[in-house]
Amino acid sequence: MSENKQLTAAQRADLRTVAAMIVPASEEYKVPGADDAVIQADMLATLGRDTALVAQALDHLAQLAGKPLAELDEARRDTVALEFRSRGAAAATLVRVVLQCYYRDDRVLRSLGLELRAPFPKGYVLPDGDWSLLDPVKARGGTLRGAT
Amino acid sequence: MKNDPVDVLIIGAGASGAAIAWSLADTKMHILCLDQGGWMNPAEYPSTGRDWEAKFYGEWSSSPNIRKRPEDYPINDDNSPIKVVNFNAVGGSTVMYTAHWPRLHPSDFKVRTLDGVADDWPIDYDALTPFFEENDRMMGTSGLSGDPLSPLSHPPMPPQPLGLSGPMIGKAMNELGWHWWPSDTTVATTDYEGRARCINLGHCTPACAQGAKSSTDITYWPHAIRAGVEVKTHCRVREILTNEHGMASGVVYYDKDGVEQFQPAEVVIVACNGVGTPRLLLNSVSGKFPNGLANSSGLVGKNLMFHPYAQIYGYVAEPTDSNRAPPTCLWSKEWYDTDLSRGFVRGYGVQFVRGAGPVFEAVSSEQKGILPWGKDHHRVFRKLNGHRLGFSAICEDLPEEHNRVTLDPVRKDSHGIPAPRIDYTISENSRKMMDHALARGREVLEAGGATDLCVNAPIPWGGWHLLGTARMGTDPARSVVNEWGRSHDVKNLFIVDGSIFVTSGGVNPTSTIQALALYIADQMKQRLANLFD
Repeated sequence: MSENKQLTAAQRADLRTVAAMIVPASEEYKVPGADDAVIQADMLATLGRDTALVAQALDHLAQLAGKPLAELDEARRDTVALEFRSRGAAAATLVRVVLQCYYRDDRVLRSLGLELRAPFPKGYVLPDGDWSLLDPVKARGGTLRGAT
Repeated sequence: MKNDPVDVLIIGAGASGAAIAWSLADTKMHILCLDQGGWMNPAEYPSTGRDWEAKFYGEWSSSPNIRKRPEDYPINDDNSPIKVVNFNAVGGSTVMYTAHWPRLHPSDFKVRTLDGVADDWPIDYDALTPFFEENDRMMGTSGLSGDPLSPLSHPPMPPQPLGLSGPMIGKAMNELGWHWWPSDTTVATTDYEGRARCINLGHCTPACAQGAKSSTDITYWPHAIRAGVEVKTHCRVREILTNEHGMASGVVYYDKDGVEQFQPAEVVIVACNGVGTPRLLLNSVSGKFPNGLANSSGLVGKNLMFHPYAQIYGYVAEPTDSNRAPPTCLWSKEWYDTDLSRGFVRGYGVQFVRGAGPVFEAVSSEQKGILPWGKDHHRVFRKLNGHRLGFSAICEDLPEEHNRVTLDPVRKDSHGIPAPRIDYTISENSRKMMDHALARGREVLEAGGATDLCVNAPIPWGGWHLLGTARMGTDPARSVVNEWGRSHDVKNLFIVDGSIFVTSGGVNPTSTIQALALYIADQMKQRLANLFD
């Protein structure tokens, strides 16, 4: 995947840092952060057509930070993040890439009580629901507007 | 290269192209359909993979500008708050739609007479009734007959289950005394005509791996092909040519290898949707037709109608169906008809939304600012995920000539054919309608106990319904095609897609588009002896 290699080492480091800022690890929910090595590897392996925008977002982030994100104190990092989030399509793409890889990780899905599978072919079962709820609508009736 | 002539050439194998091909097949004419896309492989549909949601942001995006499959053409919609979405393949956008299946109402055909705005259609609802019914059988619909506020339909399959979300909506609507009803959909709820029943794979929009959602590649096309219709895929038509008599003589297209071809035809039928059709006509310039084909009225590309969507959603304490069901199962026509006390003319239909999957929930909620970064992310996400309930109003868009499709002076597709450009603004009437809908949606959601309400008005990537850009009518100065779909200017050229709509109604249009295509096919068959008179 040559596109993945377009992220420099500095960009990859900032991606890890910002990913953890978006979704940190949680003892309470027993989930890794988005900086987890497996999730980061998924991001890099599947960046594909998003590579250019993500690289652009990371460059912008680096510009705002003035140095590697990890070296900023927490308050300064939050300020940078706030400004970064307000900026357009590239920032949105970076955040989306982080979230779409995070929320398909087995450990995360398990923690959410979701099954680790594709929807097809098993699908899901829906309850039929209470059809008597429609009785008041039927009782009320109504008139379809005519064409004249 | 010149091919053998055909009797009928159909451009586009989507909703309307498939319907008219099937209907005309019993004439035993030589019918050929060209489509710029190919046959889809359900084994590759998103729901077959663990990364199904991520695909919606890339190769399965509803926007051709994001998706960028080889079959897609770019659309310059920078000057429109609503972006065009579509799908290019055999089956067209029926491969990628929600399968919500209302019809236009009888009153929608007489808008000028009833409400003094826009224009009446040159045909009425009754003319389409048998074709609505025939189309419902062919596409295979599910629903519950007897809705007092919708035209009578007879879905051959029972409605979808209400699930978890349906009763929440029903209770809230009952509390407010407002109309709701199970939607007609093209989701098979039983095995039907070789299609397996729905097993709730999730969001229906990006194609159905089960084949339960009706798309014309698995409904009309197998029948049409068995009846002798030929389909050539990966063939992109550049222009329609005309002869010295001003009749269409055939089309120039690029075949799957990129080789320019000429296909002669006795009759040409355009079925490329409300953006693709005006694009093709405007690209078909000649000495006799310097402003584009069939454009003596100057209306080709004008009066584009989208249906601005006003969407509001929120989160309830109980679990909703989330991504474990078709997204829409209920509609409301409470605000469908004109009531001038609301401050606008005409009205809107409502489709209720059952929920979203985890990735979509995370991404959209982060963008809306209700899902925080940092420590509290996990707690908030668990409150949101699997708890969403939505209300989407499909607002009737009235025709306005300044809303239009033209040819982009710069952008071109992969074959060098000028791309369409969209110039569109949301009217004051539509804005008021959207505001009204959002206020009603808020009441419904709050009655259902929802909090953290979010709004998309319009839904930016909500330009599904591409209507009005080659309108039908009896006056050649005020319309592009006549009351049975034939061009006023070119007597062997027909248009059968959503571009011939005169007004848009307040419902999803595909059912009506296909009924119109079947109606036009029937008119053609009745007039075969003097089709060009």
